[in-house]
Amino acid sequence: MKEELLSIIEKNSRIDFSELAVLLGVTEEAVLEEISRLEKEGIICGYHTLINWEKTSIEKVTALIEVKVTPQRGRGFDNMAERIYNYPEVKAVYLISGGYDLLVILEEKTLKEIANFVSDKLSTLDSVLSTATHFILKKYKDHGTILNREVKDEREVITP
Amino acid sequence: MRNFLSQKVIDIKPSGIRKFFDIVSEMKDAISLGVGEPDFDTPWHIRDEGIYAFERGKTFYTSNAGLKELRSEISNYLKREQELQYNPDDEILVTVGGSEAIDIGLRAVINPGDEVIIPQPSYVSYEPCAVLADAKPVIINLKSENEFRLTPEELLNAITNKTKVLILPYPNNPTGAIMEKEDLEKIAKIVVEKDILVMSDEIYSALTYKGKHISIASLPGMKERTILINGFSKAYAMTGWRLGYACAPKDIIKQMTKIHQFAIMCAPTTSQYAAVEALKNGDDDVKMMCQAYNQRRRYLLNEFRQMGLDCFEPYGAFYVFPCIKEFGMTSEEFATRFLKEEKVAVVPGTAFGSCGEGFIRISYAYSLDNLKLAIGRLKNFVNRLRKNV
Repeated sequence: MKEELLSIIEKNSRIDFSELAVLLGVTEEAVLEEISRLEKEGIICGYHTLINWEKTSIEKVTALIEVKVTPQRGRGFDNMAERIYNYPEVKAVYLISGGYDLLVILEEKTLKEIANFVSDKLSTLDSVLSTATHFILKKYKDHGTILNREVKDEREVITP
Repeated sequence: MRNFLSQKVIDIKPSGIRKFFDIVSEMKDAISLGVGEPDFDTPWHIRDEGIYAFERGKTFYTSNAGLKELRSEISNYLKREQELQYNPDDEILVTVGGSEAIDIGLRAVINPGDEVIIPQPSYVSYEPCAVLADAKPVIINLKSENEFRLTPEELLNAITNKTKVLILPYPNNPTGAIMEKEDLEKIAKIVVEKDILVMSDEIYSALTYKGKHISIASLPGMKERTILINGFSKAYAMTGWRLGYACAPKDIIKQMTKIHQFAIMCAPTTSQYAAVEALKNGDDDVKMMCQAYNQRRRYLLNEFRQMGLDCFEPYGAFYVFPCIKEFGMTSEEFATRFLKEEKVAVVPGTAFGSCGEGFIRISYAYSLDNLKLAIGRLKNFVNRLRKNV
């Protein structure tokens, strides 16, 4: 049940327990129990909403920043990652294989704020060797969801 | 001027769903639950492989039997999914959908007057195909109390000394019924004793919700007397690609290939390349779609239970087949009124044989949101009917 439950609520976190129980073919109590266990174990980390901010009048700029750092003895990259992810404007931090080490996703109101963050906060950290900042121009698909797509049923209305 | 038309064709009744199709098409805001094909798009990696086939200029005929590579993948698939052993060289034929396989399979084995046993309710094309092949269709009226499974008694009653073929349509469209191993063993025993050929239409084999589908061809003594039909439409959401296949003993495949060669030449080349990708890397897609169908199936059955609408639990395909006898209407009346009053299209059970009277087919090849909307309307309709009675 675990995998199926997770894949349902990953797409729809608003679904209620009784409906989940029906879809999974189990009791409501079993669903409740499983979800609270998954929350406790930190497998379910939150229930977020996917928002297409481009459609609002609210200004937001998102940047992907490639960061090269010197790993620290005994602590690897974790310490550096922590120093970066503690900034609330940082939306995500990933350790990356290949040409650079950390990928930082940063969200701000203006381009200038991003520039300031990179020059004042990020680049000045001791272990940071270099950064490369990429601005997102348009989001086509996010969290597995294609944005701005109209779904139309192309099928013939009745077929045998 | 002379009447140029063939009497044999004139005598074939047009499909019972045509009338509904015309009414629904004219309604703007109608919801349809009448579709017999998946709502999913063909998985992108499969479509991409089709595009790639075009780019590489794979735009010519393939061999009559189909791409060697595809036949090998079909053979691998049947081995890994159903423990069946078919030789890709002479026991597998790639066809234009499962429908072509039904047609040419019957034509390859029927002599005029041979009897073909067709359990109903079932897919609409068995009976006309049998008639076109000059066979005499013998209908078995399946019963809801047996969950629309074929019982040994029903089969024995239908067999005569002219019986040549039994069509075995499971998992079943329109009922959603399946045949489990014990059911199949009883049928196989009779079929061997009476020396009958089975045409097993397993197009929905990937969509079962109570253990894995078992093919009758996998039972002892059955492979040599089975034409197994399957395809890509339902499992991989590839209806428009028109691709299916038949597996059978090589003497039967040889004759089927002859008809296929002269009537069709070969199945669409692009589709064949895409299908290779489907079989190689499509297992996860099938699993994902199957899981989604199962959730919808559970949703519908739960709603029917709460409405008090009589429906046996189907374990295959993507249909439920609730009973509407309590309303004192024919299936067609029910479906027509439901469409006119609530703007929801369902298919009357009688479209799949006269014993479908008293039932309607509801397809769950629709998103849950769609189904919820339609079920809301069904509740209104049922409540209204019950108040008036």
